[in-house]
Amino acid sequence: MFSIIAQIIIATTGFIAALLLMYGLKRMSSPATAASGIRVAGAGLLVAVIASFLYVFDVSAAAKPHLLVNIGLAVLALAIGGSIAWRVGKTVKMTAMPQMVAIYNGMGGGAAGAIAAVELYGSHTSSTTQLVMALLGALIGAISLSGSLIAWAKLQGVLKRPLHFAAQQLVNAAIALVLVATGALVVIAVAGGPALFLPLPGLISLFFGLALVLGILATLPIGGADMPVVISVYNACTGIAVGLEGYVLQNPALMIAGMVVGAAGTLLTMLMAKAMNRSIARVLFKAYGPPAKHKAGAPAGTEKPCAPADAGIFMRYAHSVIIVPGYGLAVSQGQQKLYDFVKLLIAAGVSVKFAIHPVAGRMPGQMDVLLAEAGVPYDMIFQLADINDQFAAADVALVIGANDVVNPAARTDKTSPVYGMPILNADQAKKCYVVKRGQGKGYAGIVNALFYAPHTEMVYGDASAVLTQMIEAVRGLGAAAA
Amino acid sequence: MNALLGVNDFTGLYIFMLAAVAGWVIIGNVPAILHTPLMSGSNFVHGIVVVGGLYALLNASTVLEQAIGFTAVLLGAGNAAGGYAVTVRMLAMFKSSDAKPIRKNKHHRTPAKHPKTA
Repeated sequence: MFSIIAQIIIATTGFIAALLLMYGLKRMSSPATAASGIRVAGAGLLVAVIASFLYVFDVSAAAKPHLLVNIGLAVLALAIGGSIAWRVGKTVKMTAMPQMVAIYNGMGGGAAGAIAAVELYGSHTSSTTQLVMALLGALIGAISLSGSLIAWAKLQGVLKRPLHFAAQQLVNAAIALVLVATGALVVIAVAGGPALFLPLPGLISLFFGLALVLGILATLPIGGADMPVVISVYNACTGIAVGLEGYVLQNPALMIAGMVVGAAGTLLTMLMAKAMNRSIARVLFKAYGPPAKHKAGAPAGTEKPCAPADAGIFMRYAHSVIIVPGYGLAVSQGQQKLYDFVKLLIAAGVSVKFAIHPVAGRMPGQMDVLLAEAGVPYDMIFQLADINDQFAAADVALVIGANDVVNPAARTDKTSPVYGMPILNADQAKKCYVVKRGQGKGYAGIVNALFYAPHTEMVYGDASAVLTQMIEAVRGLGAAAA
Repeated sequence: MNALLGVNDFTGLYIFMLAAVAGWVIIGNVPAILHTPLMSGSNFVHGIVVVGGLYALLNASTVLEQAIGFTAVLLGAGNAAGGYAVTVRMLAMFKSSDAKPIRKNKHHRTPAKHPKTA
């Protein structure tokens, strides 16, 4: 009796959760409704989680004696996992968001893999289709887990350089082949055939182990500049893994939510890859060539340093300034200072616009988030396609903490790893200031000819400190005039 | 698991297909400024995996299953809670600044509503 009622409630709440998650995602895709969208989705998920405890009325006979322990474990796991992730998510700096998304995404992949593990080790799958789906979900989930952790390590700066070794693709392909073979052996063994080479639990463990290794090896060689695409790929992967495990558990809510994310994430990945003019296959499998192969040597000209105050005053008397923010701005938390400086310029009659490259920062749209945080109105922020032909008419391009997205080599130098990527035409402005922490290469490790151009001056220093000096210089002018 | 929710192979395929189309359409027209929050938001949505983890853990009958199920719920809860916290923070910023710029998308707050001030 309880069992039937519990089943009805679980089925209904799952339905509501799936509906709310999709509706929430829809609302999240427009700025005006986005903030309410996540709350709608959150409510849906909360209802589903609470209703999940009704499973206690419907557990298998084998699990009955362990029920109290299992409930305790479930509450404990929810409390620990939820509270730690919640606290970190609430307190982490906005600049660290990309790696946090990578971590949470990896956790989702790991959870999907763990569900598959329970089903596989316990031989709970009831049909070959379910078994294959469980294996596929396990594979994708495990790759997403270990790959996301590598992505986190790269973004966090734990791993500094892409790692290349001989015959990398061959090794990965070989592992993938062994994975498929192991999966086939698992299917044969479960279907009643002999367990070849290893007993069944051993085969399953080998399968998980290989998948985790593949995720690590596949992500290690990918360069930092491609990380946004990689995170997006793994986000889609986790969604698909969750959907597949939803099928194994016969839970349509998981299937729907997982597959919606799988499709949305795939589309998002394609939009991003398109913005970088790189095919997804090239990002994932060719990555950046080993840096050694790229022709070294500085371009003609020298880097000309400039004092922040001089640059600030020059912009005060310009007619139009286009600002290109990059990750360096995020690192120094200078977005508020930048907007303060911009307000001074606007008050002095300067036309100011922000130009955002699709992959500026470490995630698509990260710069938009940071500028929004500082209170910059949307109508001052322009995307690449909308603003790129305005640089030629601009007096000043102010590049703050950006590098690869303004590298002219992307247009001309076929040997450059960034060749073919659309860039912001900052070099076409009459004057170009580049605020940069110091001499050196960008995240992708490539020399930037813009820094050596005749009309470019380098303002060295932490973005936040430089902007403070610019503000003081311009304010000083106003005070002197008054 | 749930007798009411049996999904056979082809129903499953249909559900996957429709969900994929839905996801594709929902994200189709998203402006670039929302890419990061949306990636974070969709990251939260697959946090529903915690529900599957709860099912696996509550039905665990061996220590191994309990351990793996515990891991599943732990990770799934982290995915959901962390994804939610991060997304809310990102989107809250958009809310604070939309008063000025995207008024065209919102209901009119023109003086017409307050004729006395006009």
